[in-house]
Amino acid sequence: MNKTSNVRDLAAIAKQVRREIVEMITHAKSGHPGGSLSAVEILVTLFFDVLRHDPQNPKWPDRDRFILSKGHATPVLYSVLAECGYTPKDQLNTLRKLGSIYQGHSDVRFLPALEASTGSLGEGLSIGIGMALAAKLDQSPTRVYVVLGDGEIQEGQIWEAAMFAGDKAVDNLVAIVDYNRIQLDGFVNDIMPLEPLADKWRAFNWHAVELDGHDIPALQAAFAEAAATKNKPTVIIAHTVKGKGVSFMENNPKFHGVAPTEEEMDKALMELA
Amino acid sequence: METKTKFELKMGMATREAFGRTVVELGRQNKDIVVLDADLSKSTYTHFFAKEFPERFFECGIAEANMIGIGAGLASSGKIPFASSFSCFAINKGFEQLRVAVAYPNVNLKVVGTHSGISIGEDGPSQMSIEDLGLACSLPGFVVLSPADEVSMRALVEAAAAHFGPVFIRAGRPKVPIVHSNQQRFEIGKSVQLIDGRDLTIIATGLLVAEAIRAQETLDAEGISARVVDMYSIKPLDRQAIERAAAETRAIVVAEEHLVSTGLGVRVAQVVAETRPCPMEFVGIEDTYAESGTPEELLEKYGLLAHNIVAACRRALTRK
Repeated sequence: MNKTSNVRDLAAIAKQVRREIVEMITHAKSGHPGGSLSAVEILVTLFFDVLRHDPQNPKWPDRDRFILSKGHATPVLYSVLAECGYTPKDQLNTLRKLGSIYQGHSDVRFLPALEASTGSLGEGLSIGIGMALAAKLDQSPTRVYVVLGDGEIQEGQIWEAAMFAGDKAVDNLVAIVDYNRIQLDGFVNDIMPLEPLADKWRAFNWHAVELDGHDIPALQAAFAEAAATKNKPTVIIAHTVKGKGVSFMENNPKFHGVAPTEEEMDKALMELA
Repeated sequence: METKTKFELKMGMATREAFGRTVVELGRQNKDIVVLDADLSKSTYTHFFAKEFPERFFECGIAEANMIGIGAGLASSGKIPFASSFSCFAINKGFEQLRVAVAYPNVNLKVVGTHSGISIGEDGPSQMSIEDLGLACSLPGFVVLSPADEVSMRALVEAAAAHFGPVFIRAGRPKVPIVHSNQQRFEIGKSVQLIDGRDLTIIATGLLVAEAIRAQETLDAEGISARVVDMYSIKPLDRQAIERAAAETRAIVVAEEHLVSTGLGVRVAQVVAETRPCPMEFVGIEDTYAESGTPEELLEKYGLLAHNIVAACRRALTRK
């Protein structure tokens, strides 16, 4: 894979990833397009610019770790892993089919390049803390990145983990909240509002950064700021648009967990041309 | 295989203390051994490890779900973590994490649940773990161990560390008699025949192994020859020992400090049904929660003493 800090190149990869997300979920006839599309720039910036990783050597002990705690958005991770060269691109459309390495939610048994099996919300941050602590014990430069859903942080375990990581100053850990404001039953603000969200994390002794989660230079700067922040973990509160890039999916709760039809796919791919 | 006909039961340390001491020894031999606890390290005896290896001990506070998740992450990065708490809290509050973060991806985490069963005593049912064996066994890939004394606990903590994959070890609060010799070998998936017998077999685990030995002495005085097996490996089970007991003694009594509906007994019964069906009886906790009391009072009231095993043996023999 060719790593790059070039914003135009990263944006082009993001567009390709969006196309693959729409195609694979359409072929699967089920899945979660909205929350996959909202996290595209976050994952593309991480995998193609920020993370220290090597698709030729996926178990390199000193690699950075990435956990998609919001495991239902796994199509975005599959697309990025395939674009990096970890897995075959030509099998992306086997998503959710029997025997596919691209299981419905991230599953390390089928895809060992994944760092964790997720799908039951609220668990990824604790796992990430464990990996970060192991890196510290081994005096490894490993940094750990965990993407959380906004609805997901309604889970109590997230705040157990936040309290632990803040207290223990796990500063090689970064949480990214994909704050797309929609969860399965509707708008987050109607179901269980999160504000004041940055203040909550700061109260747990985290360094908090808020940004537009589709702004690649802002993401690059925030990841650099996180790496330079000592004695505190960093949370990046990424304000995003659910369904970003496909007009009829944007901010539409319907596309949290419903696959596009073939006609909708064609329309979406025209928009993403 | 060692067999005896007469047993002298000398009091040993609690299995939780044997765990706490053994994990320190393992820590000295292997720097990848790490320990997590959830504000109960003085009770689980992981404070020994915390004192000697503070950098490898993670105090998680009263947050068991997070503790199991952190343990899963440590294990995924090559550590051999032992996460410990009261059994009811580790298993019940951490169950979802044991399922998705540990069992499902087959992560190398060891969970040690102390204060199991009702013999914790006065603290009452909120602290009693009577469901833990059933819940742990329901997790695919988990090894589930239930040592009866300090000798077997020591060996099985070592076996757990040497085994790659998730393991649950059940420990108790009270001091318990030593039932094994120091030369005895213990392996995951095996059992120990403590006493040979012809007329029936008592298969016991944990605290009830010593009671089974006492029951055997009573039966022996009545001219009934009972085999006694310590089934310390709840999963995987020693199927051969069970089949042999069913074939050779033609009656089996299972005794455990756990709900009868989901514990060792039903697992043994499955093997018996699949191999050599024979009369079986079960000594354990019926479909209820216990209450406060001394451990002795509770074991008496809830039917977990030697005389309850003797009565079950007589029932089984009438059905032969």
